[in-house]
Amino acid sequence: MKVLIVGVNSAIARLIVERLRADGDEVAGIDRRGWNKAPIEVHALDIRKRAAEDVFRKLRPDAVVHMGTVTSLVMPGEERYRINLGGTRAVFEHCRTYGVRQCIFVGRHTFYGAASDSPLFHTEDEPPMALASFPELADLVAADLYAGSALWRFPELHTTVLRLCYSLGPSGHGTLGTFLRGARIPTLLGFDPLFQFMHEADAAAAIVLALRKRPRGVFNVVGDEPIPLSVIIRETGRVTLPLPEFVYGLALGRFGLPKLPEGALQHIKYPVVADGSAFVRETAWKPRFDDAITMREYRAAFPPPKSRGRGDG
Amino acid sequence: MATGLGDNIEERISKLEIPWNRYGVDPYGASKANLRWMFGLFGLLYRHYFSVKVFGIERVPARGRAMLVGNHSGGIAIDAAMVLSACFFEMNPPRLGQSMIEKFINKIPFASLWAGRTGQFTGLPEHAVRLLEDDRLILVFPEGARGTAKLFTERHTLVDFGTGFVRLALKTRSPIIPFGFLGGGEAMPTVANAYTLGKMLGVPYLPITPYGLPLPLPASMQIRFGEPLHFTGDGTEEDEVILGYVEEVKRSIARLIQEGRTPAFSLPAGARATTNGGPSQ
Repeated sequence: MKVLIVGVNSAIARLIVERLRADGDEVAGIDRRGWNKAPIEVHALDIRKRAAEDVFRKLRPDAVVHMGTVTSLVMPGEERYRINLGGTRAVFEHCRTYGVRQCIFVGRHTFYGAASDSPLFHTEDEPPMALASFPELADLVAADLYAGSALWRFPELHTTVLRLCYSLGPSGHGTLGTFLRGARIPTLLGFDPLFQFMHEADAAAAIVLALRKRPRGVFNVVGDEPIPLSVIIRETGRVTLPLPEFVYGLALGRFGLPKLPEGALQHIKYPVVADGSAFVRETAWKPRFDDAITMREYRAAFPPPKSRGRGDG
Repeated sequence: MATGLGDNIEERISKLEIPWNRYGVDPYGASKANLRWMFGLFGLLYRHYFSVKVFGIERVPARGRAMLVGNHSGGIAIDAAMVLSACFFEMNPPRLGQSMIEKFINKIPFASLWAGRTGQFTGLPEHAVRLLEDDRLILVFPEGARGTAKLFTERHTLVDFGTGFVRLALKTRSPIIPFGFLGGGEAMPTVANAYTLGKMLGVPYLPITPYGLPLPLPASMQIRFGEPLHFTGDGTEEDEVILGYVEEVKRSIARLIQEGRTPAFSLPAGARATTNGGPSQ
């Protein structure tokens, strides 16, 4: 099978490339960032540009995996809207024009949003309810829904929308891996939401499984059971730094804390937990790594930085 | 005491039929460590501070899905705490009751954390259905916040019931176990509710007692469980049918409250009584 991966230079996409090549599939990629010494043909292109269409025309892939969306944590502002919405539109239009048989859109479980009155265990039929508190999610939510609309707009294209929970692993990439990098992890005093994550190798395995089993529709993909954020911080060798919400808001962007949109605080205040049973039913998916191994591997790759004053010097 | 397990909280938690993971957390986020603390505190209130009599605890199913439905009694959630305590301390094996709590609780720091870690979730239909389909025991007060706002003089009355709980019971084929709670009004003799002050503090209201503070007195209480009610249907019935079932539940609860107020009915036929110590005994 010929597979084209859009947004191929990410930790999970690289693992997908490894797996597909091991299975004997032909793989190519597109990524604005390029990929130095890539083991496959990678086109350093913006998916929205004319040259990207040429890749579809020449390669004629059987399947496309679209992982080229970005979060507000990586790219603030208007450009993110253009990448997420314009990019997703381009992927599906090229798929239709060049006879691609299958397209997998890789989305995120944060689609559902975090709010005080959100239910635990979101199912795929739930609308995204928390956009009011975190408007920076709107473009990703819109991209997800746009991808889902291909199910009826392009019935000849086998479309799968996957909403993956956070991934964690030795690459340290991703929202959760980045959040846990420091020695002290700031949390909101009086809140300890459940977090759902899976090993990055399992995230890649789930996407490959979707390529093989071709489930049609929208599916949450999750790993082990959710656990409290405080447990994740403890098990990855970090220390919780609980801050009152108003202090946290003021401290964002200062004292080494990232500058996050205010809505992002909702995600360390309330849980976003997805029900992954539909994907399991459809594909017999079973994660290989449990949460303990996943956290241990992250911790081994990223030991907690030593606190100031107790350092080597 | 009615059970052989005694009040050893650790042992009782270990007997709960809940699938704990390696961190002592269940799939919904309830944690053994937090339950230990909660039942430590509730145990003191249940066994020593209040004087609680429990009738008919054997009517609560030992396992499997069920919905405990009762009246609110008292300006704060002492009623829920004592019903959870009765299910935990009097049943053998013990059961964890999981209340469907008011939405505002999840907005309050620490209250949100403790509610989630002790298995008490916002009263959303999604939560009720999921817990019941997972064969849990849920606790519902269909009077809602209007029920806790009852004044001392209204303590034995029932305000309007919501109807959603009956549809959920039908949809999930769960029995409803009605209970009447008495004594919460005496523990928290509310003479007025401060709604504006409450809203400023992020709660619906603050109960005002003759002694000012919204703190409970060491009163005598009764929890009277009735016979399980099984209704037929799938939850899609017309409002008239559902309202009929709601009225039946309401009548059962009113009867249980009335029995509690009438000495001749202090021990209903067939019901087992459990009496706890307290300052009045």
